[in-house]
Amino acid sequence: MFANAHRTWCFVAKSHLRPKRFATASKATQKTNGRSNALLYGSTCVSIGLALLYYKVYHKGLQAMTPVEEGMHFLKHDWPQNHLLKGFDHASLRRGFQVYREVCSQCHSLNQVAWRDLVGNTHTADEAKKLAAEVEYEDGPDEEGNMFKRPGKLSDYMPAPYPNEEAARAANAGALPPDLSSIIRGRHGGTDYVYSLLTSYVDPPAGTKLGENLNFNPFFPGTQIAMARPLFDETVEFEDGTPASTAQEAKDVVNFLHWASMPELDRRKKMGFQVLLTLSLMWSVTLWLKRFKWMPIKTRQLVYKKKP
Amino acid sequence: MNSSLYNLLFKRNSTFIATVFASAFFLKIGLDVITDKVWEKSNAGMQWKDVKPKFLKKEEEDDEDEE
Repeated sequence: MFANAHRTWCFVAKSHLRPKRFATASKATQKTNGRSNALLYGSTCVSIGLALLYYKVYHKGLQAMTPVEEGMHFLKHDWPQNHLLKGFDHASLRRGFQVYREVCSQCHSLNQVAWRDLVGNTHTADEAKKLAAEVEYEDGPDEEGNMFKRPGKLSDYMPAPYPNEEAARAANAGALPPDLSSIIRGRHGGTDYVYSLLTSYVDPPAGTKLGENLNFNPFFPGTQIAMARPLFDETVEFEDGTPASTAQEAKDVVNFLHWASMPELDRRKKMGFQVLLTLSLMWSVTLWLKRFKWMPIKTRQLVYKKKP
Repeated sequence: MNSSLYNLLFKRNSTFIATVFASAFFLKIGLDVITDKVWEKSNAGMQWKDVKPKFLKKEEEDDEDEE
């Protein structure tokens, strides 16, 4: 094998040097049979016709929702935390917590948020301790085996308004106010949907049959929501003196609920910035390195030397 | 191959690895500094440390509590 090294030759990959093997293919001719054609076309038409018939008859079950069933599409707003490099507005978070505590917590629980989560986000440690101490919690058996009540600590979770689902339903005409800990993540449209919902309690259009104990809200799927309008102007008096319009209260509480759903957003975005920066840098270096290593292969030239 | 940087850092595996660890350490610090600068610029006035003084001042006026 190596004895022939002096007679090395290779083919350059140019098309005009490739042997033309398939240039003359025999043109096979078939006699067209009228009967086989009719059978082919006929059976195709019957299949298509049957498929269309079945679709017409059996497909009725798959209807898209009517506009009423789907609810009006939410309106988009400019939330700072949805920008590429922005986190939450923590002043808004604090106001939002005030709105939650004074208005929403009458009916809605917030089971996943503890008092300690507020520290460093909306309140100082001392403030959070004070707020927690205002609430009574039942604690484990004492030495005599009795349960006892004690003021709250930072490690406790937000108090629920009702002890169980049945009590919640009984107090709200059969409707269960959902837990708000991840409501922003749990609803299509998130912040925009909840904000649109809270600010759009309007009079129902003429002729609407409103169910018992239900209120009209165009953004709620089915438009009939069990929750009565919760936010009005001046419902809350904000600590920092911000004028409390319905829209302002709604914006703040939606920001707060967004934080409750995604408390790690600030840190995650910072990390994401670092990751993307580092990875794009390393990716471009990798590209260059690959091309560097492949250079001998990519720039080699093959020459056909005819044997003398 | 003639580069003195290569001879100094990358020739011996022990120094190579030491270089990797040292540069990772300092580059990470630098990256954190850059990230914080970008974040501060983007989030001016929105972070808790900016917001805290405003609410505490109000608290002190109302309750005369120490922070």
